[in-house]
Amino acid sequence: MMVVNELSYKKTTLKKRRSNLKKNLALLLMILPGAAWLIIFKYLPMFGIGIAFKDFRFFPGGFLSSFFKSAWVGLDNFKFLFASSDAYIIVRNTIGYNTLFIITGTVLAVAFAIMLNEMTYKKLSKIYQTSMFFPYFLSWVIVSYFVFTFLSLDKGMINNLLVFLGMDKVSWYSEPDKWPFFLVFINNWKNLGYSIVFYLAAICSIDKAYYESAMLDGATKWQRIKHITIPHLKPLIITLTILSVGRIFSADFGLFYNVPKESGPLFPVTNVIDTYVYRSLMKSGDIGMSTAAGLFQASVGFILILLTNYIVKKVDKENGIF
Amino acid sequence: MTKKRKRSFHDISRKSNIAISIFFGIFSLMCVVPFITVIMSSITDEAVLRINGYSLFPEKFNFAAYRYIIEAGSQIIRSFGVSVFVTIVGTIFSVTITAFYAYALSRKSFRYKKFFNYMAVFTMLFGGGLVPTYLIVARVLGLSDSILALILPIGLNAFYIIVMRTFFKTGVPESIVEAAQIDGAGELKTFFRIVLPISLPSIASIALFTTLGYWNDWFSALLYIDAADLTPIQYLLMKIERQMQFLIQNARDMGISSEEVSKLPSETLRMAIVVISTLPIACAYPFFQKYFVTGLTVGSVKG
Repeated sequence: MMVVNELSYKKTTLKKRRSNLKKNLALLLMILPGAAWLIIFKYLPMFGIGIAFKDFRFFPGGFLSSFFKSAWVGLDNFKFLFASSDAYIIVRNTIGYNTLFIITGTVLAVAFAIMLNEMTYKKLSKIYQTSMFFPYFLSWVIVSYFVFTFLSLDKGMINNLLVFLGMDKVSWYSEPDKWPFFLVFINNWKNLGYSIVFYLAAICSIDKAYYESAMLDGATKWQRIKHITIPHLKPLIITLTILSVGRIFSADFGLFYNVPKESGPLFPVTNVIDTYVYRSLMKSGDIGMSTAAGLFQASVGFILILLTNYIVKKVDKENGIF
Repeated sequence: MTKKRKRSFHDISRKSNIAISIFFGIFSLMCVVPFITVIMSSITDEAVLRINGYSLFPEKFNFAAYRYIIEAGSQIIRSFGVSVFVTIVGTIFSVTITAFYAYALSRKSFRYKKFFNYMAVFTMLFGGGLVPTYLIVARVLGLSDSILALILPIGLNAFYIIVMRTFFKTGVPESIVEAAQIDGAGELKTFFRIVLPISLPSIASIALFTTLGYWNDWFSALLYIDAADLTPIQYLLMKIERQMQFLIQNARDMGISSEEVSKLPSETLRMAIVVISTLPIACAYPFFQKYFVTGLTVGSVKG
């Protein structure tokens, strides 16, 4: 009896193991295309960062032989990068704009979401949401045309208005000091509708009982927003801010490349790491240095996201993202 | 009396409600008006546009730009076709591999799920950057000037994998999957017969995001495409703009004749291309907005 039991047990475990393998095999086959894609398009480029430490030149025999034949130069590419006057400008612009975007974006999105939620005309509020979401669905190329209809020197609506008011036309695309404002405005214009969705969803999920008991205690609308709504939004605000802080070193290429129309006079206020890397790759062909800039960007971003997550976890255990 | 109490319960005062409504009314208009301006400019008479500039209320209408696109705009129609093709094929490709990947990650019995999970998540935190990616795609894979360069490099997004995995985990009860497998369904069958139908609304939201991503993509074309017959519509707009800038900036120095400048697409034609490349989105998105919202809010839940 014992023996039979043991035998059947062994048989079933073997069967189980085999079916486990079979199960895993099917799942492995399903995951394979995606995994292959990740290896080719994400992990191979990660090994490509070795180029940052090389004096990369093209040799006959394809990319790989070029890679191995190019001489190691240590940190020279980084030294060149940081010695150039561009380094300061592009880092300042990238961090500066992203900081402005995070602060204005978060404050406006939270405020707008609360206000939309408080609106009595729900139908109107839905229409507003739909219209505000619209720009998010457009590409930066399209947006750059939109902006042009306003800022064009001879046909733009703003200049037409200025002439109508008896003032002089302004050549907006060569006025660097106006662009920090424009870029912050345009970025919020395009992305606010998207961020509002997150906050509105979070507000909707707050338990109504809190508001009801606050009402009974005689809390005013403002007090209810301050003491119930905003504290409930805090985790989401923190999570989204961590995510954006982790990306503070990568600028939205489309915004900084398409919208200012590559206008030379604007470069001091529109050149960011991403556009700099692209331009040095395409125009000067300095592959080593642009890889170095990209690696610098990716590493600082990586460290930043780990760091902010660590700090947030220290302060409040529940709010970390991983 | 009761009505009054009901009003004061959740609502704000009438005055602030009106103020908020007006404020949002203006802001919402600001989000839509630029597109209307572009539509109006595309149907304005070219001469009127040249004198009066862009306007919401043009003096004289003229549909010449659209007539031109239909009759002679072979490059424009070609580019529109490229965009449509890339969007359809790309979305099918992308959603398929994302769903497969996410499904495997969502299965408790999958032994290597931790490994593959990290493999995807890590790409959200760190990347090789533009130049190595460009070199791999253009030099190693040799995809320059190939339609694949518009489809493959943006084919997968780790964030969508995570979102979809969360859909599968939370939306499909484990017991249903187990029951199906006890009945002898393999993983593929379970996926297509059980998981897919239940998760269809959620997959639709990811599919829409992907569609939008492909339709709006100009960056892949900027990096990898030179051939005119592979230029997607968004990149065509960029190229036209680029040529305009170049000619305007260099007209004086290089003695470019006004004849050459006039060969470029007219103002109204450019605006018409903007309209036809935005119209599919503008028409479709109000209907799909709810899917986007589901996709976004589920994605924001910690998973």
